[in-house]
Amino acid sequence: MLKQVEGSIGVAEAIGLCRPDVVCAYPITPQTHIVEGLADMVRKGKIASNCQYINVESEFAALSVCIGSSATGVRSYTATSSQGLLFMAEAVYNASGMRLPIVMTIGNRAIGGPINIWNDQSDSMSMRDAGWIQIHAESNQEAGDLHIQAFKIAEQLSIPVMVCVDGFLLTHAYEQIESSTQEQVDEFLPPFKPMQALDCANPMSMGAMVGPEAFMEVRALNIAHFNNAIEPIQKISEEFETIFGRKAGGLYEHYNSEDAETVVVALGSVNGTLKDIIDEYKQDNVSIGSFKIGCYRPFPAKQIAEQLKHAKRVVVVEKDIFAGVGGCLANDITIALKDTDIKVYSVIGGLGGRPIFKKSLMKILDRAMKDELEELSFVDLDHSLVDREITREDLFMTKAV
Amino acid sequence: MSVDLKPGFSQTGNLTAGNRLQSIDIVSVQSTEDRANALTSGHRACQGCGEALGARMAIDKVMELSRNKVHVVNATGCLEVFTTPFPETSWNVPWLHSLFGNAPAVATGVQAALKAKGMQDVTVIAQGGDGSTVDIGFGCLSGMFERNDDVLYICYDNEAYMNTGVQRSGATPPTARTATTPLSGPHPGNNFGQGKNVPKIAMAHGIGYVATATIANVRDLEAKVTKAMSMKGARYLHIHVPCPLGWGSLPKDTIKLARLAVESGLYPLFEGEHGVITGVTKIRKKVPVDEYLKLQRRFTHLFKKGADAQDLAGVQAIADAHIKYYGLLDDGDK
Repeated sequence: MLKQVEGSIGVAEAIGLCRPDVVCAYPITPQTHIVEGLADMVRKGKIASNCQYINVESEFAALSVCIGSSATGVRSYTATSSQGLLFMAEAVYNASGMRLPIVMTIGNRAIGGPINIWNDQSDSMSMRDAGWIQIHAESNQEAGDLHIQAFKIAEQLSIPVMVCVDGFLLTHAYEQIESSTQEQVDEFLPPFKPMQALDCANPMSMGAMVGPEAFMEVRALNIAHFNNAIEPIQKISEEFETIFGRKAGGLYEHYNSEDAETVVVALGSVNGTLKDIIDEYKQDNVSIGSFKIGCYRPFPAKQIAEQLKHAKRVVVVEKDIFAGVGGCLANDITIALKDTDIKVYSVIGGLGGRPIFKKSLMKILDRAMKDELEELSFVDLDHSLVDREITREDLFMTKAV
Repeated sequence: MSVDLKPGFSQTGNLTAGNRLQSIDIVSVQSTEDRANALTSGHRACQGCGEALGARMAIDKVMELSRNKVHVVNATGCLEVFTTPFPETSWNVPWLHSLFGNAPAVATGVQAALKAKGMQDVTVIAQGGDGSTVDIGFGCLSGMFERNDDVLYICYDNEAYMNTGVQRSGATPPTARTATTPLSGPHPGNNFGQGKNVPKIAMAHGIGYVATATIANVRDLEAKVTKAMSMKGARYLHIHVPCPLGWGSLPKDTIKLARLAVESGLYPLFEGEHGVITGVTKIRKKVPVDEYLKLQRRFTHLFKKGADAQDLAGVQAIADAHIKYYGLLDDGDK
């Protein structure tokens, strides 16, 4: 059934169809509408499980509650954004270390300071190596569909999954989506059978202290299981298509990029903008396409290298920048393409909610296609202001010395 | 320091755990043949560890009352470390450890999962030391209280961060020497006028049941576990557990110290329901705080030449204030 709903409500409805047993979250913009939607559904008995919705005092507690409920063998869900994800960081690593298949939505938002509530992807990027699978939604349709897949991925592999949904751009946008039915979801998603759980009939100690004699092996096993998730993630997205009749998720998606000279790589909702741009270039027969990465962690480096091997240059557009790294995705792509001569350009845009306009991006792509672009560039950055301040601060530092 | 291992036969009457002459319905579960032994032998606690004793006493009673239907969530700390060095475990119960500061929230999750599964006959226990309870996990504890989640939280209070090498916690008493309240400056040891009384804060949440207990009085401890287990919702039990390593006391004095803490008035035994004190355990034979303090190296500076008499007097004043506030002496003794 087609309907026009807010992205967050679409996500909440998809989660509700997954029959979660425990939903626990703490409010943070822009994740709030998702959990508000779920709280309402639980109150109204609209979820076909004995779902418990728990209000807690912090994000750290929210994920801790999910750790407890998942370890007791029930389907557990939380959602957060930005500072909230940082505040739960210790529990984020604990959940993946204990291989608890929790699903968490990240309503992608900038991290401070300075404090900023708007969209970029530096929050989920800050946890990219925490041992959680990370999948990114391009549209509201995909945001809902990815959650249905996320529970299956998590529970089949016993690895927690973050579903990254761009804050405001998706969470607060009204779009037409095709909703799923309970029958479809039940056919696709089997009941949760935990790898291990607290059980009075079979008491076991979970979360024991591991010393130097075994810690290396535990970590190595954990990473091996994590890296093995790539194929199942692709397979589960194909199973989804069979049952639901629409594509969602998977490792990557080409858009006119299978044999393009220039390939623009991106995560999340900016792919929509890119597709419009590619359509415009197509009219002028420019050899450029876009390539959406659906699964960011584990990073399908081999598959991506294979898909991009024909390209002359790759332009990575992303909404994050980290000290010492630059753009995380550009970094990953550079490593994936290290055995090729493909030129990689890193473009940072949309930080703290600054819109990424088609025109601005096309200017950058035009320069990239002439190989005139800097290795690292920014979309609509006020260079004069930044340069002026750097000069002023240099003077200040000189005086101080 | 030499350790006197000679057994001491003292007549402590009906309060001892091992009094097998009592009728079976009032005898401590610790002296019955079929006790669950929730925390079994072979673990790596120090000799004379009060926390190991406290945990076994409390959880054995919980096991008896719940007919072994228990899930235990444990915060990081000594109890977690000495009981579960992978691949070994000393726990005969389903047991889960996540982090230092989140045991109450994890227990909420366990409880919610049981509710979702329709298994509310399983008792959920969360437990941790004073560092976890009073300091780092306090936010989660308060949240669990406020929501009145069906969890019995047990704090084993040894009055400092023992697992990391005896640093001060919010439960460390004034004047006590710890690694971060050293014996230097005009007032050596921990400061006066600081610290957090979690049993009282728990009372302020209005939760169904709050009690303090001691490993020196097993039957009182078990009675409080029994009372707690007869109720639903958030409940809090605070157990005082001497630590030979952190306190600089003899392993053989662990129970004695626990008793002296009560008899001096420094550690009041009380219970309360919904924010109202409903009972106190009277002091049987009041002792000055010196008797308790002198057995512990963390307090020896109070008795050295040149010590500020105000410091010792300050500790006695705390004990006296407890005795007055809780009415710990029979009227005739005052």
